[in-house]
Order: sequence, then structure tokens, then C-alpha cells
Amino acid sequence: MLQTNLCGMKLRNPTILASGILGVTKESVGRIGMAGAGAVTLKSLCHEERSGNANPTMFGYDDVFFNAVGLPGQGIDNALKDFKTLKGFSVPVIGSIYGYTIGQFGQVTKKMASLNPAMIEVDISCPHMDYGKPYYADPELTAKVTSEVKKNSGKIPVSVKLSPNVYDLKEIAHAAEKAGADAITAINTATGMSIDLDAKKPVLANKIGGISGPALKPIAVRCVYEIYDEVEIPVIGTGGITYGKDAIEMIMAGATAVGIGTGIFYRGINIFKKVCNEMEQWMKKNKIKNLEEIRGIAHK
Amino acid sequence: MEKDNCFRTEIPKIIEISEVVNEGKGQNSFFFRENIWAKPGQFMMMWIPGVDEKPMAVSYWNKSEFAITSQVVGKFTKKLDGMKKGEKIGIRGPYGNAFSIKKNACVVAGGVGVSSVSTLIDSLANPLIIYGARTKEHLIYLKRYKNKNLKICTDDGSYGKKGFTTDALEEQLKNDKKIKIVYTCGPEIMMKKVMDLCNRHNVECEASLERFMACGFGICGKCMVNNKILCIDGPIFNTKQLSNMSEFGKFARLKSGRKVTLEKYHSTPT
Repeated sequence: MLQTNLCGMKLRNPTILASGILGVTKESVGRIGMAGAGAVTLKSLCHEERSGNANPTMFGYDDVFFNAVGLPGQGIDNALKDFKTLKGFSVPVIGSIYGYTIGQFGQVTKKMASLNPAMIEVDISCPHMDYGKPYYADPELTAKVTSEVKKNSGKIPVSVKLSPNVYDLKEIAHAAEKAGADAITAINTATGMSIDLDAKKPVLANKIGGISGPALKPIAVRCVYEIYDEVEIPVIGTGGITYGKDAIEMIMAGATAVGIGTGIFYRGINIFKKVCNEMEQWMKKNKIKNLEEIRGIAHK
Repeated sequence: MEKDNCFRTEIPKIIEISEVVNEGKGQNSFFFRENIWAKPGQFMMMWIPGVDEKPMAVSYWNKSEFAITSQVVGKFTKKLDGMKKGEKIGIRGPYGNAFSIKKNACVVAGGVGVSSVSTLIDSLANPLIIYGARTKEHLIYLKRYKNKNLKICTDDGSYGKKGFTTDALEEQLKNDKKIKIVYTCGPEIMMKKVMDLCNRHNVECEASLERFMACGFGICGKCMVNNKILCIDGPIFNTKQLSNMSEFGKFARLKSGRKVTLEKYHSTPT
């Protein structure tokens, strides 16, 4: 009922662990697989080892979750030794990569590709990095990064992860598709801040961070809706998915698969099973046999 | 245990330090008038605005107040050590699972690890406590435990018996067949030896582990030990779980997520 085909990957269901939540170690992949995810995206890796920001790096209240972890990661070279391969897990594994320069995006992609992930996701959109000018904010830069990654990814499909913090997302999604992207992941977090009244300071050590959780969902649904109109390639709709109804909404906006990350904070690691069960219940009640029937239906 | 409690609040709450008690050289307990309902073995995330946020064991607890006990090891604990009554600090938690509370227990504590088992000791009926530290200067809570069944050892023999907690435990397990469970917290190499001794003598064991953490609620993925998420599956693990952890007593992950030896982990500043 929930089987999903994403760029040739056969997923048992459309829920994908979003990058940045767990996904640091080999064994966490198995753990998320057991929790019911259709695929797992690793935490982003770049050309060097990074420790990330001081704490607090994440916290949440009500339906808002903040993070500014500062892209910690062991670096692609250590990851090659640690993971050895990304094949042979119970679920497809998506390797998330980034670099500081366009050349580094290519180098990291080449190394990531040697691990044989089911897909490579390109993080051009993490709002915390000081790139000078962010790649996500400019269609030309997005295209440059995408084609550099495609040059180095071999046969592995590439999804470009976009940010909502831009003026015209359609233009950027279009640029990514034109440059060869096989899919779009939308969206990364929206930027925000929380100030503690007693400490009289921003709570995040980095001051500014990314907002995720249920509060991000309407923004993500809007972005996926816009991108679906603009491109032919599949969209992995990510942002605030907490319940089955959220996933259905995202698919109605046009998503092929859905990313779940912060939802783990709200519903525990088995959120993948829970969301799938809720989706199936909804589909049975509404006599929907497969997700194709409702994908992008909100556009009709 | 599955969480499904939309919507949670996990944001630091700023509270005042109500009292600072010097426990020993470079070791202070910070008390807070706040009811946090912490079970033995649980920890809090403590935030010093502008510095950092770290997990700290709840070392004293009753219905109206709790404390954490610090030992200066890095930037965060150095800053904490200088804080006075009335100064403010952010707290969130408690987090993690708890020790089981069983009869005929022995508690083996090494160094600053004693603060992670102190509320357990308060909850157990007449436990045997084997407590070791490098020197007399490093021992804390001696007054607190003066009426307890306490065996002390120091590496240099400056107080109690000269030697290691594991030697004292081995002797005890050989001669005392009443012990049914050993609870432990201290250097991981010590806890590994404690677990091995327990296995040899067919005694249950629970150990409190430590890893670098960012969130405390199971999503950042930094504190993983094999397939266990330490902050929600642990920090307390039993013999069966520990026996399946190939990384226990050997490896830990740096803030970057890179797996290194425990020695390297402890010598890397966070």
C-alpha cells in the first residue's frame, strides 16, 4: 500500500530519516531501519572533521524545535573507514554531503559514491555555515554545485536539498533540475532565534539556528507545492512531519517520499511505524489503494 | 519506552543556585530549590549561558531540592566551579533511565563517578559501598556516608586500603555470597572489569556510562554506543546489554562523531 519508487529505489514506505537526526553511526542505520523507516539519510559529511558548535545546540518547546549544531561530522575520509560500505543495510542508505568550495562538493561526492549509497543528497542549504554567499540562495550557484556533484556521482542518483530561506524557490529548484539533479529534497530548516528572558541571551550558543518541528510544516508544504509545479523530478518533502496526516498532506502537495527528523523528538524513534500505520488507516478509510492516487492531487 | 507526548518542552529553565557545598579539592555540590522528580541514575542538562551545556548526574535529591556535583575537568566545569550562591544557571531534564533498586546490593564507585551513584546509595537498603579515588584529597561524601557500610581504597594508599576498587570487589565477591547485584559508575575501564568480575561470580551488574551529548533526548546521535542511544536507552545498562556492546570499555565518539579509543576520547577537550 505504501510502496514507493524514488529514483529507481524501491522503498517499502515513503518515510525517510532526514539528515541531521541520528544517522551518525553505522549502527544507528540499523536502529532506524528497525523503527520502520523506508530509507535512512546519514548526517552530512564534508571534506574535513568538524566538532560543531558549543551547546545548547538543540532544544524545543510546544511545536517549535531549534537547532544549530554547526555541522559536526567525522569527515568523509574517517567515514570511509568507519562505514566501509553503505550497501547491505536493511534499508537503502542516502549519503548526505557538502563542501565549502564547489571543488570540495565534487571531491566529497566522489568519495561518498565509493561507499555505494542508494542516493547522494547534497546539502547546499544548511543555514548555519559561513559560505560567503550561500549556494542555496542563488540559482546559478545551485546549478554549479549540482553539476559538479553529478560529474562525480557516477550512476548514483543525486537529490539537492533546498532551503526555504530564499526569495524564489521555484527558480532554484528549476536550476537544480536543469543541472542534472535526479530529485529535490525540500526543505531544510527555516532560520530563527529564541531568547531566554532570565538569561537575557539567545539560548542557542550559535544565537541563530534552524527551526523545525510542526511549526515548519506549512512552510514545507508550500515549498513542495511550488517545486512540484516547477520540476518533473521527484521531491522528498521534509519539514514538520509528525503524524500520518502530515505525510498525506505532503504527498498531496506533490512529494514522492517524506523526510522525518524532528518528529523523533515528539514521538520517539518508532515514529516511522506510527506514521505509516496512520497513513494506511487514512487510506483505507478514504478508499485509496496506493499513494499514486493522491500524489500532487492538491494541484488538480 | 516509547515517547508519544506531543508537545514536549525541552528548553532550559533558568534557576538560582541556592547553596554551594565544598566536597573536596576542586569538587563542589551546587544545590537548587527545584522539584525535578529525578530517579537514581538520571541526569540533567546544565546550561551556563555563554559557555556551554553539559549533562550532569543528579547527586542529591529530595522532593524540594536537588544538587549536582562537579569536578573541574574542562572549560565548563571550571566556570561552574567558580559560581556562587544566587548565580543563575539553566536546567532541563531529568533525562535517561534509572538504576533498578534491588536488595543485597554492592555499589562500586570510582573517582567522580560516585556522584552518579549517590542518590542510588540514598535509595538502597544498607548497600555495601566500595569507593575508590586517586588520593585522599579526591574522596568526597565521606561525611554523607559515615553511617554506611563503606570500604574505601586509594591508588596511593593515602586513605583506606591501597589499591583498586576492582581488587576490593573481587575479594568481596569471593567471600560474600549474599551480594546479588553490583551497581557501578567510574572510569569505563574499571566498570568493564567490574562487569567481568560480576559475570565470573554470576552476579547481576548495572553500570552508568558517559558519552558526549548534545540533546539528551535521543535525536542528535552523538552518544551512541553500538546500537544504543545512551541518553535515552541508558545511561544505565545491565550485564546483558553491556555484554553486547563491543565498544564498552574500548571506544567512544568525539564531538565530531569519529570513533576513537577511550583514552583519546578522555584526552580530547570538548
